[in-house]
Amino acid sequence: MDTFETQIDGFVGREYKEGFVTDIDSETLPPGLNADVIAILSKKKNEPGFMLDWRMDAYERWMKMETPRWAHVNYPPINYQAISYYSAPRSQADGPKSLDEVDPKLLETYDKLGIPLEEQKMLSGVAVDAVFDSVSVATTFKKELAEAGVIFCSFSEALQKYPELVRTYLGTVVPLGDNFYAALNSAVFSDGSFVYVPKGVRCPMELSTYFRINATNTGQFERTLIVADEDSYVSYLEGCTAPMRDENQLHAAVVELVALKNSEIKYSTVQNWYPGDSEGRGGIYNFVTKRGACRGDNAKISWTQVETGSAITWKYPSVLLEGNKTVGEFYSVALTNHHQQADTGTKMVHIGKDTSSTIISKGISAGQGQNAYRGLVKVLKGADNARNYSQCDSLLMSDRCGAHTFPYLEVKNQTATIEHEATTSKIGEDQLFYCRQRGLSEEDAVSLIVNGFCKAVFKELPMEFAVEAQKLLSISLEGSVG
Amino acid sequence: MLAISDLRVEVDGKQILNGLDLEVCPGEIHAIMGPNGSGKSTLANVIAGRDGYDVKGGSIFYMGNNLLDLLPEERARQGIFLAFQYPVEIPGVANIYLLKEAINAIRSSKEEKELDAIDFLSLVRDKLKLLDMKEEFLYRSVNQGFSGGEKKRNEIFQMAMLEPTLAILDETDSGLDIDALKVVSDGVNALRAADRSIILVTHYQRLLNYIVPDYVHVLANGQVIRSGDHSLAAELEESGYSWIGGGGEGKSLGASVG
Ligand SMILES: Nc1ncnc2c1ncn2[C@@H]1O[C@H](COP(=O)(O)OP(=O)(O)OP(=O)(O)O)[C@@H](O)[C@H]1O
Ligand SMILES: [Mg+2]
Repeated sequence: MDTFETQIDGFVGREYKEGFVTDIDSETLPPGLNADVIAILSKKKNEPGFMLDWRMDAYERWMKMETPRWAHVNYPPINYQAISYYSAPRSQADGPKSLDEVDPKLLETYDKLGIPLEEQKMLSGVAVDAVFDSVSVATTFKKELAEAGVIFCSFSEALQKYPELVRTYLGTVVPLGDNFYAALNSAVFSDGSFVYVPKGVRCPMELSTYFRINATNTGQFERTLIVADEDSYVSYLEGCTAPMRDENQLHAAVVELVALKNSEIKYSTVQNWYPGDSEGRGGIYNFVTKRGACRGDNAKISWTQVETGSAITWKYPSVLLEGNKTVGEFYSVALTNHHQQADTGTKMVHIGKDTSSTIISKGISAGQGQNAYRGLVKVLKGADNARNYSQCDSLLMSDRCGAHTFPYLEVKNQTATIEHEATTSKIGEDQLFYCRQRGLSEEDAVSLIVNGFCKAVFKELPMEFAVEAQKLLSISLEGSVG
Repeated sequence: MLAISDLRVEVDGKQILNGLDLEVCPGEIHAIMGPNGSGKSTLANVIAGRDGYDVKGGSIFYMGNNLLDLLPEERARQGIFLAFQYPVEIPGVANIYLLKEAINAIRSSKEEKELDAIDFLSLVRDKLKLLDMKEEFLYRSVNQGFSGGEKKRNEIFQMAMLEPTLAILDETDSGLDIDALKVVSDGVNALRAADRSIILVTHYQRLLNYIVPDYVHVLANGQVIRSGDHSLAAELEESGYSWIGGGGEGKSLGASVG
C-alpha cells in the first residue's frame, strides 16, 4: 500500500499532461478515467484497433449513464475518478515474503478449508517457487485441451491470437451499453478468460480459472467470454473456492456465454470475496453482469452460483433462450451475514419456441444481512409453449436480517406455462433442538440444516466444488445463531 | 441413574410442573401416563434440555451429576435420548447423514475414533432389520414425507443406533398400527439392558402389554400423583382420569382402589 501511495504522490506532484506521457511505462496509471486513459490502456495491451473503438464507444455511453438505484442495496456513491484503471500485474517482490507476513485470520480460514500450504502461499500472494504443483498440472491441462482443440486462455492472449473470434462474439450477449457497470467494464476491462470449444467437442475436463497460470491479478474489471460451438459441451468453474485476497473495493465484471446449436454450457461460481468485518466495514462491492445466449436450437445454459462473500452483491446471471427447444437454468445459494447485502437473481427471456427455464434460488440471511431475490421471466410473443418453473426459498437465521423476493413476470404468449413457488422460513428451533438432542453441537446443527436447505443447488455443482461450498457456508455462518 | 426432586418448571410464565419427583434406577422401565396437557412432554423436554423451559426450583441428577448444568448436546452425548412425540422434518438432510453425524459427535466426545464407513453401514443394516425398515429410509430426508407411524419407527431406529443409557419415549406408540406397534415394541425390548433405563410416556395400556414396565406413574397437573406397578395401567384403562379432579393438587384415589 505504501509503495502504491508513493507512486500516486509522485504523479500528483508533476505536471499532469507530462506526467501522463512520460510515465506510460510505469506499472500503474494515476487514478482517473478519461479517453486518454483508455487509449493508453489499449495501447499498453497492444490491442487490435477494433478493440479501442469498442472501448471508446462504451466509454461515451457510460458517461451518459447513471448508477442503477433500483437494487435493494445501500452504499455510498463510488468515486470513479479515484480508481486507477491500469496496473500491470504486481511483481511478486511487492507481495508478502512469507506466510508470517500474512493476516493470521486469513490463514486460519484456509486451514479450516483444508487448503494445502503451498496453495495457501499462492492465494495469499506469497512468492512461490517455480516448482509449485499446479504449474505442472496447468501444463498437462494445456496439452490435453490443445489436443481437443479447445481454446482456453486469458482475454488479452485471445485478442492477440484469435482477434476474429473475439470480435465475432464480444458484446453480442451483453451489449456495450447494456447497463452502467457493463458499460464501465467494456470501456476499461483489464483482462479475463476466453474459452472456445469447437464443433462437436466435449471439453475433456472442467475448466477453472484456478488452473490458468495468470489467473491472479486480473483486476477489478474482469471480462469473460465463453463460446460453445455446435454440438459441444463445456463446464466452467469460476474463481477460487478459497477466500480471495483482494484490495479492490469495486468489482464490475462481465461474463458472456454463447451456446450454439445443440451445445451446452455449465457455469459454476463459488464466490467468497471479503464480506467486510462484523461491523460492516470494508468488503467488496460485486456488481457483475452475467448473461448467456442459447443461440441455436436445443442449446442449454446452466448457471450455478454460491455467493457467500462480498459486502454487496448485485448479480443476475441470465439466459436468452433464442433458439427453439433451448433450456436455461439458474441455481443459486446466496448467503448474507453481518451487514452483507445481496440483490441477486436471474432473467430468463423466452424467445424461441418450446423453450424452458428453471430457477431455484435459496437465500440465507443471518446477522443483519439483507438478501433479495429479483427474477424476471419474460416470454416474448413468438415463444410458443414456453415453460418456466421458479422456486425461491428464504431462510432467516436471526430477527434482524431480511429476505425480500421480487419476482417479475412478463408474458406475451398465452401458451406459456409458468409456475412460481416461494417460501420464507425461520431456522427452526425445533430442528436445532432435534439435532442437538442427537448429539450435534449447535454450530454443526446449523450447518447441517442450512446445507439441507441448499441441497437442490449443491447437487448441481461439480463434486469437489460442492464440498467446498458446504464448508464455506459453515464458516460463513459461524456464530450466527444464539 | 435419574433422580428428579421437587421439579418446578415454567413455560412462558405459566407453571407446568409443580414439584415433580421421580427416581429411575439402571435397567428399569418406567411408564408415565396422565391426561392431555398434564406435563408429560414438558418433563421429557426438560430432561433433554430444551430451551424455553424455565426451571424455577428442584433438581435433576443424572448418574450423580447435575443435569441442569448441561447443554442439550452434552446430555445426548452422555446417553440421554428423546424419542420425540412429534419428530421433526429436516429437508435435504439424509436420514443416514444425520445418524452418522450424531454417532460421530457422541464418539468423539468420548475420545473414540469415528466409525469407518464399513462398520457404520453394517451397524445400520443390523438395526434396520431390528425395526423391519427398508433401506430406502436411510437416504430420504429426515422424517420428510414419512407417515406418522414411519416417523415413530424412525425414532426407535435412531435409538437403536445411538444406544442410549436413558431413553425417553414420548408417545412412541401413538400413530403406530397394530403390527407396527408389535415390531417397535420388540425393537425396544431388544434394547432392554441392565444398564439402560427407559421412560415410556403413553396413553395406552396396550403398549405396556408389549413392553412391560417396572413402574407406572400418573402425572396430573404437573405432579406425579400416583405410582404403582403394571396393574395401575390396567386400572387407568378402566377408570380413566375423571377421579383426579380439576384442582392443582391431585387427590389420592380412595380405598376402593387398592
Ligand atoms: N409455550 C407454551 N406456552 C404456554 N403453555 C404451554 C407452552 N408449552 C406447553 N404449554 C402447556 O403446558 C401444558 C403441558 O404440556 P405438555 O405438552 O407437557 O402436555 P402432555 O402431558 O405431553 O400432553 P399430551 O398428552 O397431550 O401430549 C399444556 O397445558 C400446554 O398447553
Ligand atoms: Mg405430550
